[in-house]
Amino acid sequence: MIPAIAIGVCAGVVAGLLGVGGGVLFVPGLVIFLNLGQHQAEATSLLAIIPVAIVGTFKQEGYGNVRRRDALLMGLLSIAGAAVGVALANALSGAVLRAGFALLMVLVAIQLVHRAMNEEPREREGIGRT
Amino acid sequence: MTGNRSPGLTTDRALKLAAIGTAAGVFSGLFGVGGGSVIVPLLILWLGYGPREATGTSLAAIVFIAGFAAATQGTYGNVHVLDAVLIGVPAVGGVLLGTWLQQRLPTRSISLLFAAVLMASAAELVTR
Repeated sequence: MIPAIAIGVCAGVVAGLLGVGGGVLFVPGLVIFLNLGQHQAEATSLLAIIPVAIVGTFKQEGYGNVRRRDALLMGLLSIAGAAVGVALANALSGAVLRAGFALLMVLVAIQLVHRAMNEEPREREGIGRT
Repeated sequence: MTGNRSPGLTTDRALKLAAIGTAAGVFSGLFGVGGGSVIVPLLILWLGYGPREATGTSLAAIVFIAGFAAATQGTYGNVHVLDAVLIGVPAVGGVLLGTWLQQRLPTRSISLLFAAVLMASAAELVTR
């Protein structure tokens, strides 16, 4: 239980700090510390993302950063893609899926380094773009 | 597409938003993430969003995307609800703390540190 709470707090802090979605930390945290299989970790991560995204949306809404109509359109039109993605994930073996996820983490890491290198050192309040 | 605050919803824009939503949905369902790493760059490159609006709008879309993907995963019996609550609720507190810290810490060094953590976790995942 304690590792789960620690993963949650850490993932949330990083999400708030860097604008990186919680999922990229939830999934490895659930696999490494709670011994979930890759499929279970991904599914559980999706559910955990929802409250984080809701609170994040309200905060961003307060800053006037949410274009509601566009968000709603993208969100509602994602349903077919989400179904295909989940079906694909469940058709793949845990090992293949885990390797794919590791590749995703490397890409996000590269994106972060790239962003850090291009960032003006004085620009401290910029909300991350991942 | 000149970055007006509320441009009209042309067919072109609607199709782009549909394409982004679909791509993010596939990504989210496949990897168990929100899809922000797909949505944010595409909103900036395709629809002329600024980085902050892209992040904010992406988060709102993720509520739906993760919701659909989680519900579909639920039909496969893969969702561990208790674990999701255990990490999701503390994460909400973490986000508020992280947003507060963002105004007070240099995000550059934190980005680099986090990139290192991701690389190490990726290595741990593939060697499991």
